[in-house]
Amino acid sequence: MIAMSDWLIWVIIAALGVGTYLIRFSFLGLLGDRELPEWVLRHLRYTAVTILPALITPLVLWPQATGGQPDPARLAAAASALVVGYLTKAPVAAIAVGLVVLYAGLALVG
Amino acid sequence: MTTATAKSTYFRGVRNGLPFLLVVMPFGMLFGVVATEAGLNLAQVMGFSFLVIAGAAQFTALQLMVDNAPALIVIASALAVNLRMAMYSASLQPHLGAAPLWQRALIAYFNVDQSYALAIQDYDAHPERPLNLKVAYFFGVLTPVCPLWYVATLIGALVGTAIPEEFALDFAVPITFIALIAPALRTFAHVAAAVVAVVLAIVFAFLPYNLWLFVAGAGGMMVGAEIERRRAS
Repeated sequence: MIAMSDWLIWVIIAALGVGTYLIRFSFLGLLGDRELPEWVLRHLRYTAVTILPALITPLVLWPQATGGQPDPARLAAAASALVVGYLTKAPVAAIAVGLVVLYAGLALVG
Repeated sequence: MTTATAKSTYFRGVRNGLPFLLVVMPFGMLFGVVATEAGLNLAQVMGFSFLVIAGAAQFTALQLMVDNAPALIVIASALAVNLRMAMYSASLQPHLGAAPLWQRALIAYFNVDQSYALAIQDYDAHPERPLNLKVAYFFGVLTPVCPLWYVATLIGALVGTAIPEEFALDFAVPITFIALIAPALRTFAHVAAAVVAVVLAIVFAFLPYNLWLFVAGAGGMMVGAEIERRRAS
């Protein structure tokens, strides 16, 4: 249970709300339509394909649900979603195949 | 091929955003349940989802509050989790920076992982599209994703039941993110950047405060940009 006073909880919520908003607003809001140098743009073109894969790497390799132990069903699901997504370019197909493999794997292993 | 209008582009965004309810629903509900069980009242639980609107940061803050961490530590740790969104903001700027301030202010509020990832992929594949269509697409994508985050939190807080663990929906996050990223791996530079980021995320996993994520992201971006530069020259 949280042992904080109500007002302190609200201070935390408000600070996180304002802070998160400012982070999200930052470049998009303050730079407006100013043109960034080409070398910066070149790096920014790779933001999505680096941050998002890195973000989920620990979730794939060391899932909390298995106490941080690598899990064959989850690894197979991640790999199949990657292959199907890469080949078909269709996120829905990748999600569907990933989930089917996940449940099949969990049924087989578990 | 008909010409895309703002309306048709908006609905294309809505359709592309729909599959991500698979992540938003279970995690919003789980946050509602866990936050309520931790002793937050309904207004506080909903305040989190409305004002912060970032699942990972909300869970981080909640866990630290339960552990009785000082308020400043709670705030700094949860904001560190969200710092990646400054990179999202920067990478959207070349595409959306010319939009009116009120649109950029709204887009900033709704700049969550899913809306960012879908939108940037669309913009990078078709950078020549006009600004109004890029804005319409962003609003389309967030339409199914963001409001349902509030609804899911509310259901979790009121009903008090999350989706059972047997459904393994903990893994919906990685699967949907992989589904977002795999189609974006269009060139060798993209693939190399992603591989380097994943390897660095493993090697630097021990770093605290989400620093590993920035090492991984920066390293991958440098590799991608360098390959692109060499191929262009």
